Amino acid sequence: MKENIKLYFKLFTSTFYLSAFTFGGGFVIIPLMRKKFVEEYKWIEEKEMLDLTAIAQSSPGAIAVNASILVGYRLAGVLGAMITIFGTILPPLIILSIISVAYTVFRDSLIVNYVLRGMQAGVAAVIIDVVINMTIDLLKERKAMPVMVMIGAFIATFIFHINVIVIIITSGVIGAVSMYYTNYVKKSGGLK
Amino acid sequence: MIYLKLFWSFLQIGLFSFGGGYAAIPLIQSQVVDINQWLSMSEFADVITISQMTPGPIAINSATFVGTRIAGIQGAIVATIGCVFPSCIIVLSLAYIYYRYRGLSVVQGVLNGLRPAVIAMIGSAGIALMNLAFENGKGVSGKMGNVNFISVAIFSLAIIILRKWKSNPIFVMIGSGILGLCVYSLDL
Repeated sequence: MKENIKLYFKLFTSTFYLSAFTFGGGFVIIPLMRKKFVEEYKWIEEKEMLDLTAIAQSSPGAIAVNASILVGYRLAGVLGAMITIFGTILPPLIILSIISVAYTVFRDSLIVNYVLRGMQAGVAAVIIDVVINMTIDLLKERKAMPVMVMIGAFIATFIFHINVIVIIITSGVIGAVSMYYTNYVKKSGGLK
Repeated sequence: MIYLKLFWSFLQIGLFSFGGGYAAIPLIQSQVVDINQWLSMSEFADVITISQMTPGPIAINSATFVGTRIAGIQGAIVATIGCVFPSCIIVLSLAYIYYRYRGLSVVQGVLNGLRPAVIAMIGSAGIALMNLAFENGKGVSGKMGNVNFISVAIFSLAIIILRKWKSNPIFVMIGSGILGLCVYSLDL
């Protein structure tokens, strides 16, 4: 019981902390979560984190909230998910309630703008860094299908702005077909 | 009654906003500005601006802002709960399915295809953000080829620190903010 409360508390504080730094869109929470839950706490495996990201991405709603629900559920069931949702929505709730009172002052403040302008570059660096790491890991597997899917999905989303759901479904089908194909080839090869 | 209306409106926003972030803006606008007229268009534009300047998803930020305006703190809480409720049900169901069936060979195949696609999508979001940071002028897309070299310098420094020392990303973000404040203030 005491162990549980400790875990709940840790889940709450870490999602609260991560959510407070999710500047620049929901995807930013993924590298932050990876650092915390995969590298630091070692609660979640690298591949599992990618799977959870895919689920968060293909469900409706904010990616940051969805990813938090998944991490909470994975580590402490439905109650864990409730705790991580609470941790994730509390920072924006607090910040926005304060800002909604004096938002013109905030919006027009030069200091705020300078800090945010600097942070924008930092946030981009954080995301690019984690993508480099994940790409290196993927290339290490030395398989053609994942690399081709990655390049294809990048072109589809970055250049053609194709809907994420379409990209996710297509790559899932490619993955399933490729798995079926390699199994089939192996089996028929073994028979001869 | 107003609580119910807030809850219902933001429930729809939460349920139909796929793809996160900017994809949700038109949906929020239709509920908040067009259908219910809780905010004027210029107030709504302010919400978007503030969302870009603060952490947290646009939908949650709008829920808090609109809720506070219409019905105080309780309104903010009701709207926010409405907003996350659909995600909660759908994501938990998918999580259950994932942990139950991820051992199956078909599911393994699907996941093998999804992982590289997810990396590509995060990469695409990162590059889009990088381009925004490198553009001159405050997020407003100005003349092409007009590169903000301070941003490029901060970005390069941050990448070097992250790759070489594997520093905590949050410290790198705070550091870039402080650096931005110092450099841009001097530049005046």
